[in-house]
Amino acid sequence: MERHFERDLNELKERLLWMGSLAERAVHQAVHSVLDSDEQLAKRVLDEEDAINELQIEIDDRVVQLLALHQLMATDLRLVLAVSRINNDLERIGDQAVNIAQSAVRILRHPRVKPYVDLPRMSEVAEEMMREALNALVRRDVELAQKVLAMDDQVDHYRDQIFRELLTYMMGDSSVVFPAFELILVAKNLERIGDHATNIAEDVIYMVQGQDVRHPTVDRR
Amino acid sequence: MHASVRPAVSLNITPTQTGSMSREPLSALPMRMNINKVNFYYGAKQVLFDISLGVATSRVTALIGPSGCGKSTLLRTLNRLHETVRNARLEGEILLDGQSILAQDVTQLRRRVGMVFQRPNPFPKSIFDNVAYGLRINGSKLPIGEAVEKSLRHAALWDEVKDHLHKSAHELSGGQQQRLCIARALAVEPEVLLLDEPCSALDPISTAKIEELLVQLRELCTIVIVTHNMQQAARVSDFTAFLLTGQLIEFSPTPQLFTTPGDPRTEAYITGRFG
Repeated sequence: MERHFERDLNELKERLLWMGSLAERAVHQAVHSVLDSDEQLAKRVLDEEDAINELQIEIDDRVVQLLALHQLMATDLRLVLAVSRINNDLERIGDQAVNIAQSAVRILRHPRVKPYVDLPRMSEVAEEMMREALNALVRRDVELAQKVLAMDDQVDHYRDQIFRELLTYMMGDSSVVFPAFELILVAKNLERIGDHATNIAEDVIYMVQGQDVRHPTVDRR
Repeated sequence: MHASVRPAVSLNITPTQTGSMSREPLSALPMRMNINKVNFYYGAKQVLFDISLGVATSRVTALIGPSGCGKSTLLRTLNRLHETVRNARLEGEILLDGQSILAQDVTQLRRRVGMVFQRPNPFPKSIFDNVAYGLRINGSKLPIGEAVEKSLRHAALWDEVKDHLHKSAHELSGGQQQRLCIARALAVEPEVLLLDEPCSALDPISTAKIEELLVQLRELCTIVIVTHNMQQAARVSDFTAFLLTGQLIEFSPTPQLFTTPGDPRTEAYITGRFG
């Protein structure tokens, strides 16, 4: 017999996954508004941000209710704690997507600094991290979550490369400083999205195994 | 914001305990009691199977499990209360401070290992006499009046009863009666206090008082509590043992058992997905 609290838990998971898919779409559209110089796409990201914010509040309410009304233990407790943290990460990812879309609108006022080579690669990795982190959540797949953790270095590497390259352009031609600086912000936001995907993957590992893999150097006695 | 309004914060952070809960491993603690390979039978029916666990000194150990799992039976063996049941038979070894409890005088053992039951059972005497009873039989280092006050204070009952110590204990509320029973058990300064569902007949406020009391009493003696209420075990105990059909399934530090149990049967029981 499915008890009503299990129904509540399942609904909570479904709402979080729905929020995840909105955040994924926001990132994809934001990145493509930059890469494809598509202002309409950028504006759509700004318009759709509210839906993610509303879900954050709704999911928080559900978490508080579950914690207050049911004395959750073991996997149930870990699931609800993980959902609460992932909820924050997804909302922040939504914010990063908005930042990227806002940068896109400003970049479009200038001629293109250079052909985009590393930026599409970087966004592919960051989007894959997000997608796989959410897949790991659905499938309770620790191995996949660990794969996501390993991908974070690639994103950081692309960010450093893009910073270096754009700095060279800025030093060579002061007229590109404004759009180049915006592109640096885009790379910075993509790197943060990778960090949030990493957090989600860490929460999945905690949820499944009860093992806290964050900050391995911290002594947990 | 003025930086000066912020309190100075030390960055020298050391791991702290969560609330009253102990996070130390059992192996690091001295043991007040050791239960070694205990099998227990009512006639031909075996109800405990090869149970071994240590009861750490000055800590609260909780025994949880579904009805009929043997948790109360196990508790009762710790001061040989099972011997009052005909055809009951114990195999294995139970040590108190390294000495077998079976080799000791049973009256002496029950003075050292006190018991509080599910329903408050004060004697039909005054509040004072309930506590003084054991002191008069066993003798007291302090004058009786002082010893009674000390026990009532330890049981967090003194302030409520100090002005009518000579009223009948039966005039007290259920929660007060239960604390009186705890005071009576504490009067003879036991090393171990056994509690069998001490709050099951009490309302939430009396329950909260007893729970708070148990956490404080750790300083005074070692506590073993049987409870149906898992949240209660989680709130008051340092170590929790989960029993199922007479077998010890899991015995861990309480925070660990309730967040990351090691056995799927424990997981099923504490999340309510049992059976």
